[in-house]
Amino acid sequence: MAINWPISPRRLKELGVLGMNQRNGEFIAEMNARRFYPLVDDKLLTKELAEESGLHVPALYGVISSTHQIKNLSKLVGEHEEFVIKPANGAGGDGILVLEGKQSDRPLVYRKSSGKAIGIDAIALHISNILAGAYSLGGRPDVAMIEYRVKFSPLFEKISFQGVPDIRTIVYRGYPVMAMVRLPTTQSDGKANLHQGAIGAGVDMAGGRTLDGVAHNRRVTHHPDTREPISGVDIPGWQSLLEMAAKCSDITGLGYLGVDVVLDRDLGPLILELNARPGLSIQVANGEGLRHRIERVDRHVDHLLSDETAAERAAWSREHLAPMNL
Amino acid sequence: MRRIHLLFVVLLLTVVGLSVAWYKYDTLGFPLTPDRETETWTVEAQIEVNPGTAPASVRFALPSDPPHYTLLDEGFVSRGWGLTTQSSDRQREAVWTKRSPEGNQTLYYQATVYRDQEEIQPSPYPGPAAAPTLEEPLKSAAESFVEEIRAGSADIQTFATLLVKEVNASRPNENIAAFLKPDATETERTRLAIRLLAIARIPARMSHGVMLTDEGRNLTPTTWLEVHNSRRWVPIDPRTGSVGYPRQFLVWWHGDQSALATSGLQDVGLTFATTRNLRDAVETAQLQSSIAESRLMDFSLLDLPIDAQNTYRVLLLVPLGALIIVLLRNLIGIRTFGTFMPVLIALSFRETQLVGGVVLFTLIVALGLAIRFYLERLKLLLVPRLAAVVIVVILLMALISIVSHRLGLDIGLSVGLFPMVILAMTIERVSIVWEEHGAGDALAQATGSLVVAAMAYLVMVNAYVTHLFFVFPELLLVVLAFTLLVGRYTGYRLTELFRFRAFKTLAQARRPDPPGDDR
Repeated sequence: MAINWPISPRRLKELGVLGMNQRNGEFIAEMNARRFYPLVDDKLLTKELAEESGLHVPALYGVISSTHQIKNLSKLVGEHEEFVIKPANGAGGDGILVLEGKQSDRPLVYRKSSGKAIGIDAIALHISNILAGAYSLGGRPDVAMIEYRVKFSPLFEKISFQGVPDIRTIVYRGYPVMAMVRLPTTQSDGKANLHQGAIGAGVDMAGGRTLDGVAHNRRVTHHPDTREPISGVDIPGWQSLLEMAAKCSDITGLGYLGVDVVLDRDLGPLILELNARPGLSIQVANGEGLRHRIERVDRHVDHLLSDETAAERAAWSREHLAPMNL
Repeated sequence: MRRIHLLFVVLLLTVVGLSVAWYKYDTLGFPLTPDRETETWTVEAQIEVNPGTAPASVRFALPSDPPHYTLLDEGFVSRGWGLTTQSSDRQREAVWTKRSPEGNQTLYYQATVYRDQEEIQPSPYPGPAAAPTLEEPLKSAAESFVEEIRAGSADIQTFATLLVKEVNASRPNENIAAFLKPDATETERTRLAIRLLAIARIPARMSHGVMLTDEGRNLTPTTWLEVHNSRRWVPIDPRTGSVGYPRQFLVWWHGDQSALATSGLQDVGLTFATTRNLRDAVETAQLQSSIAESRLMDFSLLDLPIDAQNTYRVLLLVPLGALIIVLLRNLIGIRTFGTFMPVLIALSFRETQLVGGVVLFTLIVALGLAIRFYLERLKLLLVPRLAAVVIVVILLMALISIVSHRLGLDIGLSVGLFPMVILAMTIERVSIVWEEHGAGDALAQATGSLVVAAMAYLVMVNAYVTHLFFVFPELLLVVLAFTLLVGRYTGYRLTELFRFRAFKTLAQARRPDPPGDDR
């Protein structure tokens, strides 16, 4: 096999690929005011904010913010068959516990997404770790959220394994610029985290149809577990999904933002998480750099006479940011 | 605008940092390398006195501003004698006094000197010498002798040289034979030379000094001649007429009198002893700059108490380690646990050496991780679990020390200096990454941390680097400038060229066929 040489920086620049330093220095540092960070870093705040603006989010069953509240846990979750526990200030999906079903009532035992059983005491321990700050940035004390478990739509069933696929959209100055679907695999252990082996599939901005995917920075056309082709899946309600993403930029005040949305079987698209420092792999998934699209948005916004609504911005992006139009 | 502002700040910091360092190197003589030693001389004057019973006083001329040399340090040893020093515009002197001295006693004066300037400093012209009054026929003889010399000379210096040669000639010129007894001493000949020079109105004086020799004992002062050439005093060997002082001649006092003036004493003897020392060049430069009263050195770390100095020797390296992290993370893209933890690990490597440090670090983290995974099964709360890991880490460290001591390995003992809290936090971080992102990620980041720590260590233990930053702490401004510059680097990291190499094929696959005419 031929050696896989690195790509030259000149070529990367030509392709408009955004590097970590440029993202941090020119976009995150300049477009995202520090004071807005808590709005996205604290998932509780994000949730409140989104609900106030009429955006859909998974329902909140309860919040545990101090150790002595843990003893109410069984009362709090006992009525639910399934739910998710996550740290409000967790980063990168760390510390999220997904419980898929109740195995027995007395003693109270649930089933994890991996299929393993977990008793209420172990769940309580997980929560106490969250409270102690095991998963938060800088180890600060945190609170645990208990929320609705997304019943993901059958749309991606054929091309994901175990976990919940989500749709990540990068929003720049209020305009959705690039999107991808993150598809869990066996290797990623059901997580939608690309560098753990999940597949990132690019999405055509115009129509919301999946393109080929990328796993570990290599192009893949079929899901390794299900052997189904990844490209060609139409995401329903693409326009409204982009509008949701665009609105998130308005409610947080962030100029460079990642919006993670899941498609619920019954409830439609739900905002799962916002990210002030979205990763760069979306470029690999789409086979395209972000910079050209960002420059297009800059040119467009600089010539605007008045602000556009979220719907107008979503429509503009669909029309102007599909690769065919670049 | 922001770019220009940044560049200006960077430039300013660099220029200030480098020029202060250059000033200290060039003017104050601070060495750039750690191993440099300078030669200094310790000269000890021993004054042996044999006093009677009457009150005694000893006046002793002290060196002041000797040409070519700087006086770094001086000290007096004179048990039971009162000591004062005084200086007139021409001469500094020490005065020892004692009311009722008895028996033989020795007074000591010790000076440490360092040869620095090559040039003799200019000094104001004292005015033409007063012509001595002479009786005929000596007057005519002297004048015609001086005329003869003048005819054969070009300037004051050559005139004086020729004159001294004539005075010392084995068969002296008939005109000056009258002035010289055949058995005249050096001092007498020098005195004659000064008188003859005065006839030519050239100011001249006697100087006395000591030849610096290593472990010289019982040295006596040597007489020298200085003539003023209207800019500076030019030394001339009164024996041979050659110009300049020998390299190791320390001028002690000037004038035609003895260095010692005493009263109430019967017997006085003056001898000198000299030794050559090698002294740390930094120390010499420091003394020299405090003598030169450089305000800059009021802000030197070298004046702090020794233990504070030692702290700063380490602290000043932290920014350098931080700079290395900045480079490795932002230019290369190596992933590490925590931002500055590798610097702390590197600091602890200073105690254990590199290989030992890496081995111990790996060993302790691996063992700690195993125990951490075991504790995980006990389902402990976070803080008690961390505390348990710290306790286990310390036990492991003790165990490793004992075992390696038994085996006769010394590196195991330095483990005690490993910061255990850092180790415990590392173990915790590794295990969380391990659980959440898999072993591959955890190992990659752990390896990254070790590599970065090792590189930071290698820079930080370098003797040249340590020396440079301690003696020239202003170089930190340059480090700061460079850090600011990297802070605005928005180019690709080296690892991103690998991460994004899929674009070599991806871009072609995704791109529509060559841009058509839709534009």
